[in-house]
Amino acid sequence: MAARLPQIALTLVLLSLAAWFAIGLMPGDPASLAMMADPKLTPADVERLRALHGLDQPLLARYGAWVLGLLRGELGFSRLFAQPVWMVLWPALLSTLVLVGMAVALAAVIGVALGALAAMRPRLAPLVDGLALLGQAVPSFWLGILFIIFFAVQLGWLPAGGLPEPGSSSLPFLVLPVATIAFGQLAGYARHATAALGAELQKPFITSIRARGAGEARVVWRHALPNAAVPLLTLLALDAGALVSGALVTETLFARPGMGKLLYDAVMGNDYNLALLALLLVALATMLATLAADLAQLWLDPRIETR
Amino acid sequence: MTRLRLGLFLLVLLASAAVAAPWLAGLLGRDPLAPDLFARYAPPGAGFPLGADELGRDLLLRLFFGARVSLGVGLAAALAATLLGTAIGLLAAWRGGWVDALLMRLADGLLALPALPILVLLAAIDPARFGLPRGEAMTDMIRITTILVLFGWVGVARLARAGAITILASDYVRAARALGVSEARLLLRHVLPGLRAPVAVAGALAVAGAILAESVLSFLGLGIQPPAPSWGNMLANAQEAVFEAPLAALWPGLAILAAVAGCSLVADGLSRARR
Repeated sequence: MAARLPQIALTLVLLSLAAWFAIGLMPGDPASLAMMADPKLTPADVERLRALHGLDQPLLARYGAWVLGLLRGELGFSRLFAQPVWMVLWPALLSTLVLVGMAVALAAVIGVALGALAAMRPRLAPLVDGLALLGQAVPSFWLGILFIIFFAVQLGWLPAGGLPEPGSSSLPFLVLPVATIAFGQLAGYARHATAALGAELQKPFITSIRARGAGEARVVWRHALPNAAVPLLTLLALDAGALVSGALVTETLFARPGMGKLLYDAVMGNDYNLALLALLLVALATMLATLAADLAQLWLDPRIETR
Repeated sequence: MTRLRLGLFLLVLLASAAVAAPWLAGLLGRDPLAPDLFARYAPPGAGFPLGADELGRDLLLRLFFGARVSLGVGLAAALAATLLGTAIGLLAAWRGGWVDALLMRLADGLLALPALPILVLLAAIDPARFGLPRGEAMTDMIRITTILVLFGWVGVARLARAGAITILASDYVRAARALGVSEARLLLRHVLPGLRAPVAVAGALAVAGAILAESVLSFLGLGIQPPAPSWGNMLANAQEAVFEAPLAALWPGLAILAAVAGCSLVADGLSRARR
């Protein structure tokens, strides 16, 4: 397990290097963008700007300077938002964590309930199977558009996107994005819960508990579920990590300023520094969630050996 | 078996739409790209079976032509990813040692990374720097396919490697080696055929993943550029018109759903048939 941290660090270094060169291959640099924004800039001014900000240096030299700055704790500024990068990243990360946390929690509750239902009534299992297939095949952004058309445009019950006025409740603005993400996830959880509970219910200790006269609900919820929950919790942690960046499409669709939308806007707006740091942050979040999932599994099930 | 049949039926249905696209254009007497502003947001009816979009182009026709782009990119990316993944998995299993370790660490690293933001980053790369013309539909298709292959090979490679390790340790491989069969012939004639089943399942899933990823990128405006239709960019257009033509958002999404579900059903059916 201790070997995992250097592995994460190495992956981040390689990713930052690859992303640095990918960004170097994108059209336009900040100086030519400044020229477009300000018609008074002459080509000579642009050359001076390039030299001033070191844009005339080779890519690798600029990367070295950037890493050195990072190690000194200088995260730099976002060109797009004209703010320190950290001031932009922090609220975006919070917004995404709230969205993803609510969506995963909702999906887990509904998914496990459906799974338990299918495990208790095997005749319902094909229904859960079909739902799982649907949940994995429905493109989330399409579902989001349908939600907007139905609940926001036709019925007018909920806002189609964006953020609330300061001071008013943000809950109505969360309903549709949370539902969009949760639907994509819950089918998978239902399928896993069905399989895990089904396997658990076959075991001899369940028969013995039933023989002692425990009700079926108690058998499932009190005795089978805790054992079946271990792989499920791992899955939840993995998904939550993946969704920090996977929420990109949902956030873009509902105009929510989270990590995903920030990253998209930064790439589109040629805000290199912000794009790079946002990418590294979501990659770190994903990998830490994977690590947390493994640790949680170890803690919940001591039979699993440490490698 | 029913899953496999249902999946194949869905895919054949969509593929025939792709094949029939020019025929439909002749039948309707329209061009999928030519705007007709007087027909803007025309309701579904006699002239426009599914209505018209914001430029007055026929939605059904664009859906059919979109099938060519979306299925084409999906199949091309999945095929290339499957070939590359099989080759890498086979190489890792055969060579073992540091080659295996390096390739599998690379695969682990790619799996650990958040795919979507990296796809967004890669999709924003300027094709002109590689000497490809900007804004051509064909360039977009090559660009998106390449990006999807970069990530798509991993799943196939892991399955192919696992299968190849088992086969390479089997008695008939030892027997073949003892008979003096060359290593290349051994891999191609005796190991590769044994990998057909897991690779077919992984390949079918790769098609589903590639179609979904292409639609997401096109939806975000990073994939297939207008005026060429793809199901993803049709949905992006439909999102702008939720008031004027709410039905326009229905069809491209259903097409993606059918394609992805079809591939998953085929993969599911194939893996069940093995057992």
